[in-house]
Amino acid sequence: MFDLQGFGALLLSGATVTIKLALTSLAIGMVLGLLGATAKLSKVWLLRKLATVYTATMRGIPELLLVLFIYYGGSMLLMSILKKFGYNDYVEISAFWGGVMALSIAFGAYATEIFRMAIQEIPSGQREAAEAVGMRPLQIFYRITLPQVWQIALPGLGNLFLVLLKDTALVSVVGLKDIMYQSSRAAQSTQQPFTFYMAAAIIYLGLTILITGFMMWLEWRANPAARYAKKLTRQSTAG
Amino acid sequence: MDWNWQVIFEHIPDLLGGAVLTTQLVVISGIVGLFFGLILAQLRLSKSWAVQALPFAYIFFFRGTPLLVQIFLIYYGLGQFEAVRNSFLWEPVLSQAYWCAIIAFTMNTSAYLAEIIRGAIQTIPVGELEAADAIGMSKWQKLTRITLPRAFGIVIPAYSNEVIFMLKGSALASTIALMDITGVARTISARTYTLMELFFAAGIVYLLLSWVILFGFRLFEKKLNRYMSYEPPDVVTRTIP
Repeated sequence: MFDLQGFGALLLSGATVTIKLALTSLAIGMVLGLLGATAKLSKVWLLRKLATVYTATMRGIPELLLVLFIYYGGSMLLMSILKKFGYNDYVEISAFWGGVMALSIAFGAYATEIFRMAIQEIPSGQREAAEAVGMRPLQIFYRITLPQVWQIALPGLGNLFLVLLKDTALVSVVGLKDIMYQSSRAAQSTQQPFTFYMAAAIIYLGLTILITGFMMWLEWRANPAARYAKKLTRQSTAG
Repeated sequence: MDWNWQVIFEHIPDLLGGAVLTTQLVVISGIVGLFFGLILAQLRLSKSWAVQALPFAYIFFFRGTPLLVQIFLIYYGLGQFEAVRNSFLWEPVLSQAYWCAIIAFTMNTSAYLAEIIRGAIQTIPVGELEAADAIGMSKWQKLTRITLPRAFGIVIPAYSNEVIFMLKGSALASTIALMDITGVARTISARTYTLMELFFAAGIVYLLLSWVILFGFRLFEKKLNRYMSYEPPDVVTRTIP
């Protein structure tokens, strides 16, 4: 059954596109999530409301609709803006960047909630202490908040990244040449859809395993206290 | 760019027709998926290694691959096999996009629900189960009287989340040419060339649906977990608070 008939290389090239898309969306989505969480916890009423509208709408709208909306709608919007500047040619957002925008917006909405919860988890006394020793807000964020938020938010972010990886398949609908697109092409030309969609599924499973392993390693790294405790117990049982 | 409100109002009936199909997909797969999820969770909690292996593989596969792959595997993939094409199920079920979508959604959501239910069952205090054993309940009685009602109360918030995910996932039905909300919006917008307007309107319909679902679950949860907010009537003054 698993004779890929020379389409293996094509599928792997699709896998690299998928990985690039997932990592780019992850990076931008994390920034959006941090911005969203800061807005949600800010003292400015308007920012709080904007962030709430952002998370509430994005959690109810299908990612596929978002991809379609940004890919087609974004091109039209861009064209109408360029027209105002006297540029009348046809422009189009590439499937890749359209996908990155859609996926990172969706990721950011969920990440906002995770970061918000993690930031709230940090005792406010720590921030007040940092203020008392004269740190600037940005310093407080980098030195006090972020390292701890990272540790608390990591498991949630890992789950979100897995969701993001699976959502990348949607961008094949607008013609990005990712795993799904390539396996559809192979399925059409060989008339063996089950074989090639199963191959695609196995690649996704492999990526899932990789990410899960990587997240476990990151969680282990982000928590030196737990690592130290484990080392101590190992020493005490050995000695 | 000119925004055309007219085209939205003209196509509200079509979008509502799509909403009916979307609701059907979500409700059917939500209910059947819950049923299968329960069975899978029970198998997953079995003490025997051999019984655990199959649901583990199933859950791993359906949670680790995109829903789109699963839909295509079932709708396009199954036709590859002669035996499936010749079976009695081919004509009425497996060659129909509608049933394939429902099968894919059900299998997908049951895998997620199985993990949620398993987690809930494991958080039930052991004492309650031991107490059920102590007063001599049979395995079945313990399951239906203690385990499931308790697990259900814990599961409901997570279940409502999963139903919202199903609602969002149901948009994928449009990729196999079903006329759900997204499908309607895509078809009409291709004809009238008013993409932004129709996708915007479709987004509003999805938001409304998700709010209805969340509101319904909140009411249900209140009713199910009413022991948490129950205040016994004051015996002395005989007033009901």
